[in-house]
Amino acid sequence: MSEEKKMLEEMASQKYKWGFVSDVESDTVPPGLNEDVIRFISAMKNEPDWLLEWRLKAYAHWQTLAEPTWQKVQYPQVDYQAISYYSAPKKKPKKDSLDEVDPEVLATYEKLGIPLSEQKRLENVAVDAVFDSVSVATTHQEKLKDAGVIFMPFSEAVQEHPDLVRKYLGKVVPYTDNFYAALNSAVFTDGSFVFIPKGVKCPMDLSTYFRINEASTGQFERTLIVAEDAASVTYLEGCTAPQRDENQLHAAVVELYAHEDATIKYSTVQNWYPGDENGKGGIYNFVTKRGMCAGDRSRISWTQVETGSSVTWKYPSCVLKGDDSVGEFYSVALTNNAQQADTGTKMIHLGKNTRSTIISKGISAGRGDQTYRGLVRMGKKAHGARNFTQCDSMLLGDRCGAHTFPYIESANSTAQVEHEATTTRIGDDQIFLCNQRGINTEDAVSMIVAGFCKEVFSELPLEFAVEAEKLLSVSLEGSVG
Amino acid sequence: MLKIRNLKASIEGKEILKGIDLDMAPGEVHAIMGPNGSGKSTLSQVLAGNESFEVTAGEVTFMGHDLLDMDPEERALAGVFLAFQYPVEIPGISNEEFLRAAINAQRKNRGEPELDAFDFATMAQEKIKLMEMRGDLLSRSLNVGFSGGEKKRNECFQMAMLEPKLAILDETDSGLDIDALRVVSRGVNALRDPGRSFLVITHYQRLLEHIVPDHVHVLSDGRIIRSGGKELALELEDKGYSWIEEAVS
Repeated sequence: MSEEKKMLEEMASQKYKWGFVSDVESDTVPPGLNEDVIRFISAMKNEPDWLLEWRLKAYAHWQTLAEPTWQKVQYPQVDYQAISYYSAPKKKPKKDSLDEVDPEVLATYEKLGIPLSEQKRLENVAVDAVFDSVSVATTHQEKLKDAGVIFMPFSEAVQEHPDLVRKYLGKVVPYTDNFYAALNSAVFTDGSFVFIPKGVKCPMDLSTYFRINEASTGQFERTLIVAEDAASVTYLEGCTAPQRDENQLHAAVVELYAHEDATIKYSTVQNWYPGDENGKGGIYNFVTKRGMCAGDRSRISWTQVETGSSVTWKYPSCVLKGDDSVGEFYSVALTNNAQQADTGTKMIHLGKNTRSTIISKGISAGRGDQTYRGLVRMGKKAHGARNFTQCDSMLLGDRCGAHTFPYIESANSTAQVEHEATTTRIGDDQIFLCNQRGINTEDAVSMIVAGFCKEVFSELPLEFAVEAEKLLSVSLEGSVG
Repeated sequence: MLKIRNLKASIEGKEILKGIDLDMAPGEVHAIMGPNGSGKSTLSQVLAGNESFEVTAGEVTFMGHDLLDMDPEERALAGVFLAFQYPVEIPGISNEEFLRAAINAQRKNRGEPELDAFDFATMAQEKIKLMEMRGDLLSRSLNVGFSGGEKKRNECFQMAMLEPKLAILDETDSGLDIDALRVVSRGVNALRDPGRSFLVITHYQRLLEHIVPDHVHVLSDGRIIRSGGKELALELEDKGYSWIEEAVS
């Protein structure tokens, strides 16, 4: 075996650094799903009747649906009755102070590099920390309030801004949308709610950090971001989970709603536990994310760096309804060891002169298998609409796979769709060139992979871009060593 | 500088180098000439440490180190530079990123601080001018979209930036037009130094009109069959390789 190959093998066996478990006392409902569990969740959160009804309708609809099987991933049947649908740290967090948050929870976030305490919190980013099923803390509340920005846990928003929540919930992703969205609508526990009023540019980046801790629980969070006319916001999402032998389910729904001239930029660095090198354990990440460019000239941009999870099923999408609205999707997905990912996007062009850009970079190492699946649909009225899609795959080693399924549907003869795709591998000759100039193989691979992902990383906020680059080289470390 | 004794190497079980002996003193320029398939490129790849080739016998000493015992990057850090016959492309990495990573790996190895962007730019501009390369060279992806001649000049540009002790030029003249040949030669000559040796591998005598060697060796079927001064190259040009091959056999 050549040195490079050995390195790639070793890189593929890099350990997951975020796999620790926190010793936090939790209230967890017994596993199982039925109407009583949904009523219990709703009651725990003191929800209004309309929301409970909505959940129950979603549950009834979910029961009529079958788990999708069209995606190119393989995993054992999920037993939805073996999952606990609610788990919360026992100590109740209070809104204005972190004093009552379990210190173990705070320590957990500190360990993850997301300090929440007043002294240590991140300067320019407001963070909402979601631990298992509930939000434990949200920083920078006062400053955001002054700007008129609402950024709070979903469950609090239901209490404090019920009309806003009711107006937008399910508007972009109805509970009938798909199997996992229906399940999420029935049992979602928390998440983040963001509302940027007319004309306001959010004074800082907003961020939610999701952490699954408890065993045998699923995380079903719901994020709803609304930007009124000419408002703008940048939102970051991060996620990790402990290293466990059994698989855990994460089925989130994210809805973005952009009014006229509004801009929402949503970035994800997804680092759920990917399972061990034999594919044991890890998170099933079955997520529905969609943005509605409702107003003219609105803009929604998705950037994702997907390095974790054992199985990923995720297609952040844009519905370009407003004329001249813009949708963007920038993605880096890495599958290593036995990880599988079926990910991509949908760009639905409805309005005139709508534009969309899709840049997808897939990296497969080890026995990782990865699929880009994307739909570009040009509606009848999408005069002058344009899409550009570029899908690049990089293969490390000879046991991984990359697949591309682009779907293009055009009902308007003036619309233009472009698709480019490439597949590359890091050649032994490229590594040798780097070595010959004095650069060791590990640095060479990191550099080549980072170069491959450059177009996407440049879309991330700076701190995230640095983190993403590091995360990528850690995820690859030892795959070249 | 470099001492090669009875070096034998094979690829996929086929023996290519069948016992090479060579001595190079600091500051010397040695030319290796020979017909296609004689093992010229194999010799350069083996010296640089390409693991596709298996060294089956022999010793190589470079500035007192056992070269064959070193990884490719260790050889590079010790001052061995190979200008590739077919420079590979690396998309997404700019020439600047690549070279800074290389220079800083070497500086780190010598215990020196990293080169800052300003010093790097000053150094690079001077060498870009020397190699008559386009001003946007540094921001372009490594060798991507470069013409054959540009790639070769870029190899020499990297050599000029890295200032190696031993530079191996593997058919750097092939694919160059007469103007590019002149530029490359001038670049190499500018780097000639009492502490730096060159191993110039070429098919043609014309390169050696510009880069005048101290010694010329003829490689045939994995062995050096004749060594001499620069006049040997002229004789070869005149009579062809078969002349020596017949004379030796």
